[in-house]
Amino acid sequence: MTLTLWQRLDKTGRNLAPFAVTVMLALIGLVPVPAPAYGPVAPFLTAIAIYYWAIHRPDLMRPGTAFLIGLLQDLLTGGPLGVNALVLVLIHWTVMNQRRVLMASSFGMMWVGFVLVMLGVACVQWLAFSALNATVLPFNPALFQALLTVAMFPAVAWILIRVHRAFLQG
Amino acid sequence: MKPRTSGSVVRLAAPLRALAQRFSFLLLVLASIALMMVGKIDALSVDNARARVTDAFAPILDAISRPAATAAHVVESAVEVRNAFEENQRLKAENARLLQWRQAALRLEAENTSLRSLLKATPEPPSTYITARVIAAPGSSFLRTLVVTAGRRDGVRKGQAAIAGAGLVGRVVEVGEWSARVLLLTDINARVPVVLESSRQRAVMAGDNSDQTKLLYLPPDAAIQVGERVVTSGHGGQFPPGLAVGVVSSVGERGVRVQPNVDLARVEHLQLVDFNMPGAETEPSHETK
Repeated sequence: MTLTLWQRLDKTGRNLAPFAVTVMLALIGLVPVPAPAYGPVAPFLTAIAIYYWAIHRPDLMRPGTAFLIGLLQDLLTGGPLGVNALVLVLIHWTVMNQRRVLMASSFGMMWVGFVLVMLGVACVQWLAFSALNATVLPFNPALFQALLTVAMFPAVAWILIRVHRAFLQG
Repeated sequence: MKPRTSGSVVRLAAPLRALAQRFSFLLLVLASIALMMVGKIDALSVDNARARVTDAFAPILDAISRPAATAAHVVESAVEVRNAFEENQRLKAENARLLQWRQAALRLEAENTSLRSLLKATPEPPSTYITARVIAAPGSSFLRTLVVTAGRRDGVRKGQAAIAGAGLVGRVVEVGEWSARVLLLTDINARVPVVLESSRQRAVMAGDNSDQTKLLYLPPDAAIQVGERVVTSGHGGQFPPGLAVGVVSSVGERGVRVQPNVDLARVEHLQLVDFNMPGAETEPSHETK
């Protein structure tokens, strides 16, 4: 069956949804929130998005895409280049290795899986920043950030499920 | 014949694709690490790339930061209405005190001018201020920076001081066409030469990603009091001397900690200040990030 131009455009647009939503989350993560002690522990929203899309639509969220989004985040946050890119690629890779388990499991198990992923992320971030600054940085902020991200997971996943259903099904 | 070839291509393609996928993962990890190296070695071009990308996204960040700021205002004003009476009393008392200070300041200014004219001292060049709105603050455990809506076309230059209300906030580290990035005092890469106001003890104030900063290179026998004001010393030529920075909050085994005057989590607008310092034309060397 050949698609008309409009159908193809529509399909491409829909297929861009995971990428667009993840970029949007990266930008929302940059909004200054005037609350004390929020900045250091602000949830790592793109990690949730990469985790979700890598499980459900790995064809639309390739490792290269994850890398590019991480790179964009690195450029916008003003941090050392490559750290977020590395973290997001690692999340993608972990999910791809365990995808069969994660696909078959319930939402609760997906959440538990995300806890483990975020602990790994906190370690990688801490290691990378410590190495790049050539000092041993305190680990706690990274841990709290991971915990807050885990706590935010259901809310963000709910939005992602909405987007998934609205644009990519039927 | 044709279907068979395409079938074998498919059969061949599956493992190839798996191989490519595995390889791409490795490649991407290596690329990330290479980027970290590049950032360390060639910080200047990375800064330029960053300024370009920040510029490109500045309008979007500007737009999405507005509703957040409005919501915060609504919450804050609700809290303020509750405390309006006490706040009013306090402000009246403070205003009376400040009026006295104003008289003192005017008298001192007059005295200063007359003494300067006696000494034929060269007047300090006038400062120019650029006010900018904060549009982005990365939510990260290891970074303390802000992005503001003023750039090269507004006269922002690398190394300028950023102040807000009661004191120094940080300095400009990266300038785009219409956006700029400010490294906050609390960032682990921030270093400010300071002097303690009453003991005249010189030190370098360094951030460590926490809410307070610490003082480096103090002599071990320095007598430092909690509550002492910390101001810029002007060494290094980046900032003029005497700019308020913070207050010593604790002196102990973990070193001397300083509480910045400005609540860095709540900065909404800040002023980038060009002090027209002699020697400021040559860009001060920045520590690599």
